[in-house]
Amino acid sequence: MAIVFEKPKALTDAPFHYCPGCPHGIIHRLVAETMDELGIEGKAIGVAPVGCAVMAYDYFACDMIEAAHGRAPAVATGIKRCRPDNIVFTYQGDGDLASIGMAETVHAAARNENITVIFVNNAIYGMTGGQMAPTSLPGQVTQTSPYGRDVNHCGWPIRVSEMLATLEGPEYITRVAVNNVKNVRNAKKAIKKAFQNQIEGKGFSLVEVVSACPTNWGMTPKQALEWIESDMLPYYPIGVYKDRSAKEDAAE
Amino acid sequence: MAKVTFNTDMCKGCGLCVDACPKQCLAIAQDKLNPKGYSPAYMKDQEKCIGCAFCATMCPDCIITVEK
Ligand SMILES: Cc1ncc(C[n+]2csc(CCOP(=O)(O)OP(=O)(O)O)c2C)c(N)n1
Ligand code: SF4
Ligand code: SF4
Ligand code: SF4
Ligand SMILES: [Mg+2]
Repeated sequence: MAIVFEKPKALTDAPFHYCPGCPHGIIHRLVAETMDELGIEGKAIGVAPVGCAVMAYDYFACDMIEAAHGRAPAVATGIKRCRPDNIVFTYQGDGDLASIGMAETVHAAARNENITVIFVNNAIYGMTGGQMAPTSLPGQVTQTSPYGRDVNHCGWPIRVSEMLATLEGPEYITRVAVNNVKNVRNAKKAIKKAFQNQIEGKGFSLVEVVSACPTNWGMTPKQALEWIESDMLPYYPIGVYKDRSAKEDAAE
Repeated sequence: MAKVTFNTDMCKGCGLCVDACPKQCLAIAQDKLNPKGYSPAYMKDQEKCIGCAFCATMCPDCIITVEK
């Protein structure tokens, strides 16, 4: 018998602290599988966020650094510019990347920094107990929007991928989801491409992963994956929003 | 013949593997608790397993190994 599936080597043996059914674990695994397949664990440097994934430094077997809240793209910029031969990635939630860290995100993309950004959009601040995020959906009930997000009062949720794709700078901006087997497999392909782009020196590559927070959404893990399909994906459609090299190849 | 093994002590009983299995091979052992205090997933119908690894693909805790 041959092994069809096993835990990737780029994950340590530390058990994930995430809640039951939290897709952060799936997304960690996809990043680790990518490191294994590209043989880059030895030269990868990850930047962990503030958010539920703060302890990502315990889970990835490569070198890791912890950034101040939202500053991961700035920290990654510094590392990559000093050590261009290393493969540098950030792993960030929506509060981290799209709220307190929006400036760092936008400017790293505008500068086309040669880094890889894994952006986990679960439409909530998971770690701090379920407050409204810039990505929380209209009408979504959170700890700080108990009657549902009122867009007249709180503004509209931000579609980060679409917004960044308007910039000239970035190389690759795509949105994927992890709510079923097919989408998880496609998410893996996008994450691998985002690392491959960096190896080839192409520049800023961001994969927005539509995820879930069963605990703070007040759902079972199964219901949370269904809510991704019914409520998240209509507002945050899966798709490739920018792929400069593919566009250039097509134009030739 | 395919074989699915669980690192049962690390299972959180979330049930995502059970839902993902196209052959309804898996179940949650409601009458058991692992050291973490969760009722773990287990293989209930080995005969039907086709080794597709859908269960492992959806397991957030990466505790499933599939052989074929
Ligand atoms: C400077 C600073 N401001 C606020 C916080 C509180 N805080 C911790 S995590 C977090 C948001 C986490 O949400 P997200 O980035 O979406 O990650 P998730 O937990 O949902 O994966 C906030 C506001 C902090 N730690 N530091
Ligand atoms: S609070 Fe939400 S995002 Fe954080 S580990 Fe639990 S389910 Fe995952
Ligand atoms: S390998 Fe496929 S058929 Fe076998 S238990 Fe897992 S999901 Fe079910
Ligand atoms: S998906 Fe993983 S953690 Fe969840 S019940 Fe199945 S084996 Fe356990
Ligand atoms: Mg979040």
